Amino acid sequence: MPATQEAGIFDESALVAKAREGDLAAFNELVNSYSRKIFRLAKHITQNEEDAEDVLQETFLKAFEHLGDFQGQSKFYTWIVRIAVNESLMKLRKRKSDRSVPLDEPVDTGEDTVVREIAVWDENPEQKYSREELGQILDEAVQGLRPAFRTVFVLRDIEELSTEETAEALGISVPAVKSRLLRARLQLREKLTRFFKRKGDDVFAYM
Amino acid sequence: MLTCKEFLQELNDYLDETGDIELRRRIESHITQCPNCFVILDTTKKTIQVYKGVLAQTLPQDVQARLLKAVERKCSEKKLRAGLPSIQP
Repeated sequence: MPATQEAGIFDESALVAKAREGDLAAFNELVNSYSRKIFRLAKHITQNEEDAEDVLQETFLKAFEHLGDFQGQSKFYTWIVRIAVNESLMKLRKRKSDRSVPLDEPVDTGEDTVVREIAVWDENPEQKYSREELGQILDEAVQGLRPAFRTVFVLRDIEELSTEETAEALGISVPAVKSRLLRARLQLREKLTRFFKRKGDDVFAYM
Repeated sequence: MLTCKEFLQELNDYLDETGDIELRRRIESHITQCPNCFVILDTTKKTIQVYKGVLAQTLPQDVQARLLKAVERKCSEKKLRAGLPSIQP
């Protein structure tokens, strides 16, 4: 009986233990649980579906190969997120050196967080657009962030990792996660304001 | 009272509900007196909500199938390596 059913809940550590002994079915259960999330994460960081599939495969193949090195001190999911983030960043770096994609434009490099546009949004902004249109707006806004901000935003607010888990996955400090997240959130807020602001509230405020 | 700059510095902790009660009180007091910061708080909160609600990604079935196939291949290679050390270069 699969480890998950014995306990009636998803028992990650039992599956990892079985997978380490070479139980492919147990490992596949881990794959099935996390592949969607890893693919989404990779797609957001690389901004490319083909790269995301490569990252997805590399992540689980490396995890399978190195299961013996997994100490179990962090969660398995955090461990594979770290692998996936590294693989995704490698893809980005490779693309940059290929010069096949434009380099990211540094939008806001100042240490201070600058808020430029302040306008009230509609009560339910998402209802102004179809689900497809909305998905596109949100995707484009995230794409406009620098990779360092984008990665933190994706891990914290989309994948819902804690600040500490995000710091661990990216190999950066907790204060760095916090400051990047703040800037990512504020930049996205500003980008989305163009789409979601309430009609008639056309006043820009500066501070 | 918090300045707008201090409000921005504390915004994340407020949104993530990790700040203490005193901080929440100070932020809530600031936004009742500063319409700009009220709007920033409200729209940043909505930004996070809208992302959480919409960006659910489905994994294409063929991508999942190729992944499982690749894992299976890796598993066979691993077993082969473990079982037949003599063929290793």
